Amino acid sequence: MDPSIMLFLAQDGITNGAIYTILALALVMVFAVTRIIFIPQGEFLAWGALSMATVEAGHVPGTLWVLLLAGGLVFVLDLWSQRQRRDRRALLRSAGWNVAYPLVLAGLLSLLPLAALPQAVQALLVMLVVVPLGPMLYRLAFQPLAEASVLVLLIVAVSIHFLLVGVGLLIFGPEGSRTQPFSEAQLELGSLLVGGHTLVVMAASLLLIGGLYLFFGRSLYGKALRATAVNRNGARLMGISPALAGRLTFLLAALIGVMAGLMFAPLSTVYYDSGFLVGLKGFVAAIIGGLGSYPLAAGGALLVGLLESFSSFWASAFKDVLVFTLILPVLMARSILSHGVEDDE
Amino acid sequence: MSGAPVSSTSSRPAGRGVSWGLLRPQTLLVLFLLAVLLAPLVLSDFTVTLLNYVGLSALVALGLVLLTGIGGLTSFGQAAFVGLGAYTTAVLTAGTDLPPALAMLAGSPWLALLVGLLLTSVVAIVLGSVTLRLSGHYLPLGTMAWGISLYFLFGTTEMLGGHSGLSGIPPLELFGFPLTESRHYYYVVWLVVLVAVLTSRNLLDSREGRAIRALKGGRVMAEAMGIDTGRARMIIFVIAALHACTAGWLYAHLQRFVNPTPFGLHIGIEYLFMAVVGGAGHVWGALLGAGVITLLKQWLQDILPRLFGSAGNYEVIVFGLLMVLMLQRARDGLWPLLARLVPVRQEVKVIDPQAAPLPRKDQPPHGEVILQAREVTRRFGGLVANNAMSLEVRAGEILALIGPNGAGKSTMFNQLSGVDTPTSGEILFRGRAIAGLGARRIAALGMSRTFQHVKVLSRMSVLENVALGAHRRGQRGVLSAAWRLERAEEARLLRDAAAQVERVGLGEVMHDEAGSLALGQQRLLEIARALCSDPCLLLLDEPAAGLRLKEKQALAALLTRLRAEGMAVLLVEHDMDFVMGLVDRVVVMEFGQKIAEGLPEDIQSNPAVLEAYLGGVEA
Repeated sequence: MDPSIMLFLAQDGITNGAIYTILALALVMVFAVTRIIFIPQGEFLAWGALSMATVEAGHVPGTLWVLLLAGGLVFVLDLWSQRQRRDRRALLRSAGWNVAYPLVLAGLLSLLPLAALPQAVQALLVMLVVVPLGPMLYRLAFQPLAEASVLVLLIVAVSIHFLLVGVGLLIFGPEGSRTQPFSEAQLELGSLLVGGHTLVVMAASLLLIGGLYLFFGRSLYGKALRATAVNRNGARLMGISPALAGRLTFLLAALIGVMAGLMFAPLSTVYYDSGFLVGLKGFVAAIIGGLGSYPLAAGGALLVGLLESFSSFWASAFKDVLVFTLILPVLMARSILSHGVEDDE
Repeated sequence: MSGAPVSSTSSRPAGRGVSWGLLRPQTLLVLFLLAVLLAPLVLSDFTVTLLNYVGLSALVALGLVLLTGIGGLTSFGQAAFVGLGAYTTAVLTAGTDLPPALAMLAGSPWLALLVGLLLTSVVAIVLGSVTLRLSGHYLPLGTMAWGISLYFLFGTTEMLGGHSGLSGIPPLELFGFPLTESRHYYYVVWLVVLVAVLTSRNLLDSREGRAIRALKGGRVMAEAMGIDTGRARMIIFVIAALHACTAGWLYAHLQRFVNPTPFGLHIGIEYLFMAVVGGAGHVWGALLGAGVITLLKQWLQDILPRLFGSAGNYEVIVFGLLMVLMLQRARDGLWPLLARLVPVRQEVKVIDPQAAPLPRKDQPPHGEVILQAREVTRRFGGLVANNAMSLEVRAGEILALIGPNGAGKSTMFNQLSGVDTPTSGEILFRGRAIAGLGARRIAALGMSRTFQHVKVLSRMSVLENVALGAHRRGQRGVLSAAWRLERAEEARLLRDAAAQVERVGLGEVMHDEAGSLALGQQRLLEIARALCSDPCLLLLDEPAAGLRLKEKQALAALLTRLRAEGMAVLLVEHDMDFVMGLVDRVVVMEFGQKIAEGLPEDIQSNPAVLEAYLGGVEA
């Protein structure tokens, strides 16, 4: 293997690794705050990517209908749960976010010349449509089960994954799509050609990581989420609503998923069911980090990206086998390092 | 904490004693067996085939009930084990150009089953030793990963036929009669399923079974009772894998063709769905879940395209929706709902008073030093929780360790019982160094303990909780438990447990769920459990907390009796009235150090102790 191929593979691996990194961060975050192993993370990636492809083609993305429907359901549910003590302001807020916002967005999307918009605006519209589905999903599926065991939450997460894949097929069809890269530029560094999109991915990932760092370190909401992660009951006693923490976490997770999708779609063709495998690779990374450490998860993600790109060169048929088997030595190491017996919750 | 109420004989009905006029569980079982036996005679071919698949899934789901519902370990990878069983027999009975080493084993499906079970055991032990020692949520993710790995491996390996699979698998033959019709095959499938159900039920209602039921939420306690919880986890992991492998073998000879699709991660997830929908804590839930999901899927595939056309994959949408709704409404699955509708009489365990008593260890002679701590120091970072603590306990003596809150008593207790390891210093138990040995090995040497925050398995009966203490006094393993060959030993264990329950005064509530007891009674239960391990030293962590006056007096009388029998007792306690009237010597701690030691009456007038408890006088 000559050095230029090696550099090319490394670049490819790092680009994918950056995407796995942000997915891994989201998974670690969701698990820490809500104890949910967030299998549907990959669906947000796929929906973000495919909605972008639809918008690029000048059509209104099918995720808008999902948003209208999910918003309506959330509002009905809020109305039902408020039937005893009618909290006007809470209901008004719910109506605003879950009914009015999707309607306004629908009007906007039907009026705008979607295909002609600048790429950044298209991406923004996609985020405006898909990201709110995160908190709605939490409200509909997980909030009624917030106190359930990790196993039950996991099964619900998997059921939601099935459901979303089915819906994805319905609104996007079976064909795959690839979107325009955010930058066509080619940067020459010695013998290495660095693609502009690679740089965009790296920059966006770093920005996101920095943003999360600031959010969790400096903002009150970020600290509330961290408090919930450390001690749910203690946080509740301090007036942090677990439902709010859950919805906020899902908002962030959906944001990260959609961003990952926007960055991933120009690299590889995305189908309605592509999200699962990509998300699982984020999982492998998160497991390497022990589902608790953000920096280790990021390191794991880069490792997964590099392993994937190099093994696709040497043994492409066994690419996925290798990536998922990577987890075994990692778990073995963790198992040797861990000692003592603990009670599971 | 929930030991699942698996055994029909493990708990009494809700309305105590009201059991006449209800159905006997045996009657239901016979009715069910009759239904299984007669079903193929009246049902259509299609339905019988469907029931074959229900049976195969139920077998896999049953393994998951043991693993997930009862043991608390979640696996998404069972489909891969099914694949191992199916592919092993496919290669050995239908493969061509086998390497000579394999060709020796080729030809017979029965031999292939044996090879598959062996192979699966090896794979499960390797995977288990990698993942089982980790805490709960790694296992599902780990199993997901190797489930995918194995699936891709099936699809990419030449010898296994790649994605197009292997065909030409011969049918099973019984006495030269080929089982090609699904009506005939049905009996093989359901015989295996029923045997698996009954052996699983037997296993759970045994010594090993109690250890397995303690895994979910009771590992620290179980280890302190001398149970090797790592081994128990491995046992259920391998059992679940073997169930799956057997299902795979049956599948291959039913389908006569294998390809990777039915062994993928999604199918693995579906098996877990079945266990959870049926009721993951209940053996019969596996059958119910497998039936409901298989039939529901069939029905959805049938009806949805007629309603919506065949453009989308509506089946997964409706399926996902139903799962979410069901879990929001009935988290514990359908079996408990169903069981509530059928008035089954639940029978209480029978104690055989004729059973031979269990052998007892030789008790050390009165006055021998049993436990000796020398200069034990435990640091947590900069904090010194125990500083050069020394104490000793003799046979036939009760020693109290007292001190104000935060004095380091609990830390000391943890060092002595093997939950924690001292930073420096030595702990000798009957002359043997035990620091760092671990709670389980220390328990085996004859030390037993109770917990400050009681650790009982609330869904198991008082008797069964106490019997956990006797775990190390029995030897019979999983296989003899599954086939009920250990009933003599079981009767001896239960007899001893019942005797300890009576001894601490809980005879009235022996068959009640431990979770229904008051806190004080649960403390007594812990003492009975500790006694059941035949110890020579009892470590009691605040045994009188939460007890009423009468109960305290009874406890004091019990401890006095034990002392007279030569038992050594170390207790950590706050209740001064209780301590001073009972114990022989007192050790007082403050700020991690020993500040006084002596007879109760001397301690009560010791100025350092008074200062520690009442605050010093400004000089």
